[in-house]
Amino acid sequence: MAYSDKVIEHYNNPRNVGSLPKDDPNVGTGLVGAPECGDVMKLQMKINPQTEVVEEAKFKTFGCGSAIASSSLATEWVKGKTVDQALAIKNTDIVRELSLPPVKIHCSVLAEDAIKAAVGDWKKKKGVAAPATETATAQD
Amino acid sequence: MAIKLPIYLDNHATTPVDPRVLEAMLPYFTEKFGNAASRNHSFGWTAEEAVENARGQISRLINATPKEIIFTSGATESNNLAIKGVAEMHREKGNHIITQVTEHKAVLDTCKRLEKYGYEVSYLPVEKDGRINLDDLRRAITPKTILISIMYANNEIGVISPIPGIGKIAKEKGVLFHVDGVQAVGKVPVDVQKDNIDLLSLSGHKIYGPKGVGALYVRRRNPRVQLSAIIDGGGHERGMRSGTLNVPGIVGLGKACEICGNEMAEESERLRRLRERLKDGIFSRLDEVYINGSMVHRLPHNLNVSFAFVEGESLLMGINDVAVSSGSACTSATLEPSYVLKALGVGEDLAHTSIRFGLGRFNTEEEVDYVVSRVVETVNRLRELSPLYEMAKEGIDLSKMNWKTE
Repeated sequence: MAYSDKVIEHYNNPRNVGSLPKDDPNVGTGLVGAPECGDVMKLQMKINPQTEVVEEAKFKTFGCGSAIASSSLATEWVKGKTVDQALAIKNTDIVRELSLPPVKIHCSVLAEDAIKAAVGDWKKKKGVAAPATETATAQD
Repeated sequence: MAIKLPIYLDNHATTPVDPRVLEAMLPYFTEKFGNAASRNHSFGWTAEEAVENARGQISRLINATPKEIIFTSGATESNNLAIKGVAEMHREKGNHIITQVTEHKAVLDTCKRLEKYGYEVSYLPVEKDGRINLDDLRRAITPKTILISIMYANNEIGVISPIPGIGKIAKEKGVLFHVDGVQAVGKVPVDVQKDNIDLLSLSGHKIYGPKGVGALYVRRRNPRVQLSAIIDGGGHERGMRSGTLNVPGIVGLGKACEICGNEMAEESERLRRLRERLKDGIFSRLDEVYINGSMVHRLPHNLNVSFAFVEGESLLMGINDVAVSSGSACTSATLEPSYVLKALGVGEDLAHTSIRFGLGRFNTEEEVDYVVSRVVETVNRLRELSPLYEMAKEGIDLSKMNWKTE
């Protein structure tokens, strides 16, 4: 399969790889996908509680090059945005930016889900509204 | 010596034509262009002689006789002819066929089509090492069973089936035994007499011969195997496969078989050493890597490894100057990971991380060392990127997570 230059660029130089302390009350963690499906994304955002601006974003992804590129791009895009602006990012924006082929659209969907899950986790920590997309959790 | 990139390590998919094979073929495109079926002039006789010579070369490699070799367009056609041909010819006797779940699609899909026509097919499971249990086979045979079709060696994991045992059972029960020998012929000794094989499919392009040519061995004595043709026409190949013979291709297939016969002992030892070098290089430098399938009953040039926590397609992307293939869903159109690995009981999570290495005649030690270093560096880089690797290192049991999937 041929990859777009942008996918290759993100794959070779992924932005914002790493982890943030998941117990920090200002950090939201989204963990979406499943190993059986061949894609797992972890996206974390550190959000300023006063301004609700995403100050830092980190990701780690198990998945194909398009999944890695989608999550790398997502961290780039959410940084500096308010939570509401971050939630407005649509998977179709990612598809367009990375020129993803139809079989790779699910990678962009997963990236959008990861953003929503991270915001949801952060909101939950603050005790606000139920999250739209849940993050994976350890079983009790 | 400088290494030429990219490196080809996908010799189960296809192999390059050996220059000696090409040389043997060339005259049959131009000055010796005759139709082997032209019985009344020297052009035809020259072509016919070349075809008969190739029949001899092929039959010697598998311990058959020349008359038992039927030329086809490749192993897919050979498999179709063997299975459909037996099914139609022996319909009176029975309608039951036995095969295994890890067969190539050329066998599985042929069997599926026959099911639509009223045949019954048993798909034997395989054990963790990739081989069927002979007791399962014995139990599956009924008075209606007309054919057992089991591959000699698997194209993904290189696992060699218990062919002598199957042949013995088939003979005992009076059931015909077809073997898809594509991956094994020319690589390991195949003996249709010793192993009681009644039909054997083989292909040119897997043994350094040309694409578009293959053969089906059809036993003529003890028992004499009868087949219905699936391609009708001029009655070539003793009526079993009509169509003008692909003389240059057949010459190439013959020459390829002759070279394999002469060089197999030495070549398989050399490839085994290269394979061990590849395996040892990977396993000494990476943790959480797993072999798929038996290491004992395996083609000498195959290695199939799962690199836990690293998705196969992303690994292929990282080692883009090395040609290998992956059992990951992302490399196929179906979005399902390898059905072969699944049949072995390899979890889907690990199936997504598998890579198939297929060494060949023209690979060198230097190339293997280069591949090891590229694989190790890429796996390490991708594990740094992998949330699963991080979680596993934190001691989280990934199988006990509530994954959020649609």
